[in-house]
Amino acid sequence: MPKITFINSSGDSKTVEVENGLTVMEASVQNNIPGITADCGGSMCCATCHVYVKEEWFNKIEKPESGEIDMLDMAYEPKKNSRLSCQIILTDNMDGLTVTTPEKQA
Amino acid sequence: MIKTDAVIIGAGPVGLFAVHQLGIKGLKVEVIDNLDKAGGQCIELYPDKPIYDIPAVPECTGRELTNNLIKQISPFKTNFHFNQRVEEVFQDKDNWTIKTNGGKTFSTPNVIIAAGVGSFEPRKLILKEAEKFEKKSIFYSVTNINLLKNKNISIFGGGDSALDWALELSKTSKITLIHRRNEFRGTPHTLEEIKKLEKSGRISIKTPCQIHSIEGDSEIKSIEIKYDNEKIEKIKTDTILSFFGLVMKLGPIAEWGLGMDKKTILVNTDNFQTNKAGIFAAGDICSYPGKLRLILSGFHEVALASVECFKRARPDQKYRFEFTTGSKIIHERLGKNKKSD
Repeated sequence: MPKITFINSSGDSKTVEVENGLTVMEASVQNNIPGITADCGGSMCCATCHVYVKEEWFNKIEKPESGEIDMLDMAYEPKKNSRLSCQIILTDNMDGLTVTTPEKQA
Repeated sequence: MIKTDAVIIGAGPVGLFAVHQLGIKGLKVEVIDNLDKAGGQCIELYPDKPIYDIPAVPECTGRELTNNLIKQISPFKTNFHFNQRVEEVFQDKDNWTIKTNGGKTFSTPNVIIAAGVGSFEPRKLILKEAEKFEKKSIFYSVTNINLLKNKNISIFGGGDSALDWALELSKTSKITLIHRRNEFRGTPHTLEEIKKLEKSGRISIKTPCQIHSIEGDSEIKSIEIKYDNEKIEKIKTDTILSFFGLVMKLGPIAEWGLGMDKKTILVNTDNFQTNKAGIFAAGDICSYPGKLRLILSGFHEVALASVECFKRARPDQKYRFEFTTGSKIIHERLGKNKKSD
């Protein structure tokens, strides 16, 4: 059960422990963490689950596929460490993953 | 005032199938949608993505599913009211009165809300100062191309809309195309055309950068863009076009007094009625224990809702359950009763 930390745009953080196999988006929705809207429900077609992955983690986790990068074009203020949280699947070796939610999703 | 047996809010797959279920029961239906065409998320978000979980359809795209549903309901000759958002729903004795932002009014005993995650609206620029220029010199879609002649236009986005408008408007205006990364999403042909125009100086391409600020009081004078390496560049601009797709907003639905759970509407699973008799919710927007946001769930939900709709629209008639395979009256409604059989 990896622990994952969400930091909002004003710097408040919340850490939750979630089951393996869930996505970061599901982890946030199930734990009522605001800042991730996920309008399309995880089908990679709305860019409202956009997060910034802490740099040290960004290179460790699996790379985004091209469809995700295309979708990130739609996100508000994308950065180099932007990801769609519905495409990051949690495993035990991702214990400690930290993501920041953007100021605005939609 | 349009009087009808049922009004469906949302022309996505679930709203379209609701037309079918109400239509085979002989009810007259009007459909309202904020978009300019039917299909909802299937058309707007994933027209070309394959769907694999429609029963008896091994694989189809969002567009194919929509086209098939439109074909399936064509015998009912339903009226669609596009480009309209429902603003108000209020009770008038046993009926509901519905008003749209397009000035249309409906009176009906039944309202089926099949509105997905809400109505689609353009994703707007994040800068606060963008608001005051909206519809004057900042546009999220092109409605009058004549207003965009002999201008300095900055176009934001990397997809088909941004590329196609850059090509078209470069005939009469100076275009700067700005995108957050070096790669654009477009057909090879379009990308080639863009490159040609860049070489000839008709289009200037700025990547990887994003909007940083807008200068101007009543009119835009210039904008600043910020590159990934923090460098800032000023660009002479009087018009901005921004193409970052659509977002879904629940909108006025939250104010109709319906039982809600976050952005979804609570329903019972007997007939998918809300806490207001005669108002139903189906598809992604409804919520009940065990709800799955699948198109097939929405189909089931409107099938059950349509039975209660019939009872409310025809209180003096007895409801009879019938199969489409054998019912003469359904065949008649579908235009299938030919002399040959």
